[in-house]
Amino acid sequence: MKAFEYLFQFLVFPGFLFSAAVGLLAGWVDRLLTARVQWRKGPPWYQNFADVIKLLFYKETVIPAKVSKVIFLGMPLLALAGATLVSTAILVINASPKASFLGDLIVIVYLLMIPAISLMLGGFASRNPLASLGASREMKLMLSYELPFIIAVLVPVIKSGYAIKLGDIIMSQSVNGHIIGSASGAISFVVMLLCVQAKLGYAPFDIAEAETEIMAGVYIEYSGKALGIFKLVKAVMLFVLPVLMIILYFGGIASDAEGFVRNIFQYILILALIVVIKNTNPRVRVDQAMGFFWGPVTVLAMISVALAYLGW
Amino acid sequence: MGFKEKILTKSIYAFHVSSGSCNNCDIEILDCLTPRFDLERFGIVLVGSVKHADVLLCTGSTNTLCVPRIKQLYEDMPKPGFVVAWGACGSSRGMFKDSYNTGAPLDEIIPVDIYIPGCPPKPEAVIAGIKKLLDKVNSGK
Repeated sequence: MKAFEYLFQFLVFPGFLFSAAVGLLAGWVDRLLTARVQWRKGPPWYQNFADVIKLLFYKETVIPAKVSKVIFLGMPLLALAGATLVSTAILVINASPKASFLGDLIVIVYLLMIPAISLMLGGFASRNPLASLGASREMKLMLSYELPFIIAVLVPVIKSGYAIKLGDIIMSQSVNGHIIGSASGAISFVVMLLCVQAKLGYAPFDIAEAETEIMAGVYIEYSGKALGIFKLVKAVMLFVLPVLMIILYFGGIASDAEGFVRNIFQYILILALIVVIKNTNPRVRVDQAMGFFWGPVTVLAMISVALAYLGW
Repeated sequence: MGFKEKILTKSIYAFHVSSGSCNNCDIEILDCLTPRFDLERFGIVLVGSVKHADVLLCTGSTNTLCVPRIKQLYEDMPKPGFVVAWGACGSSRGMFKDSYNTGAPLDEIIPVDIYIPGCPPKPEAVIAGIKKLLDKVNSGK
């Protein structure tokens, strides 16, 4: 029976179906806000669902000649599995902090890299020069944002008494107040927001799929079902990363109605911040992104860790 | 009209094929996405790769050099896909009908679903043309 429960948690709630549906809705909020910023009307709410259903069920999947089918078609699935596993893990742990195990935060940080890595491998496997270019850019971008991301994650760990367990981080926040309220927490939240922007591949860090330079970058050879699955990965990531930030900085998803409404507002706030950053910044070059992340952002992250160590 | 047609008409990824056009039609394509006309509210997005495309927007007078490329792009497009002949040149080669390097009009190279005439077509004409395309998809083709 335990196996069925796990399978249900992974596939339906709070795993794949739930997070993909919320993520696709969040993607619509993103497109709507973008349209409003540009003084347009924007697409209807079901737009992303229509896109994904069309790609998954009604379009042909074209496989380029001489590619390795296992890698080319397996990588979207691996990316989806990684992203879904994160959403399942963090929501299950949030619902019952006892399910947390030692080092689950490290597991989640690793799992969050899987979509980027599989995107990279898929891009290299598709035998297209533009896709290889996009994949190499994705690799450099990953190298640059992972460093400040991991340093920023240390702040909630230090603030909650060196607990590398999501459950303990949530528990300590319900006792000591939210981490965002402290100086170190606020700084590391800003760092985290910038890294999430890069993890989602949104402007100004959409270098890997820059439409005007390298067409669709890593996605260029993907079509039909494989592209639809990559769209689902993007949707799940758009759901997971803000939720992870809520758990690390706003004390997790509350179980009572009032707290839950507050959580929804926090989610929309983070989403709106991401979308506004996306719409007000031009794309940077890959060396600029690296300089930005390894320079000022890493310094900020280190300052926040030092402040957290001093107890601020 | 079934569920499939409904989905296909609600989400259209357009890919822009320029085969020797004078750039007016290409600029009109971008005009359709601007705030005044905003084709994204119908789910129409311009994509960068032909592998994502549902609709090929073919502009230009299809000169001889472009013919094999147009054929290859049409074959690369995942089916079901549709072709729009855009502008006077795309529809019938326009004033370049008797030119030495425009051998055949677009609809003799690949199957064309609808024509949007004009030099260049106004965004209103484009929206009317898109409506015709959607009706064609809805009727099951």
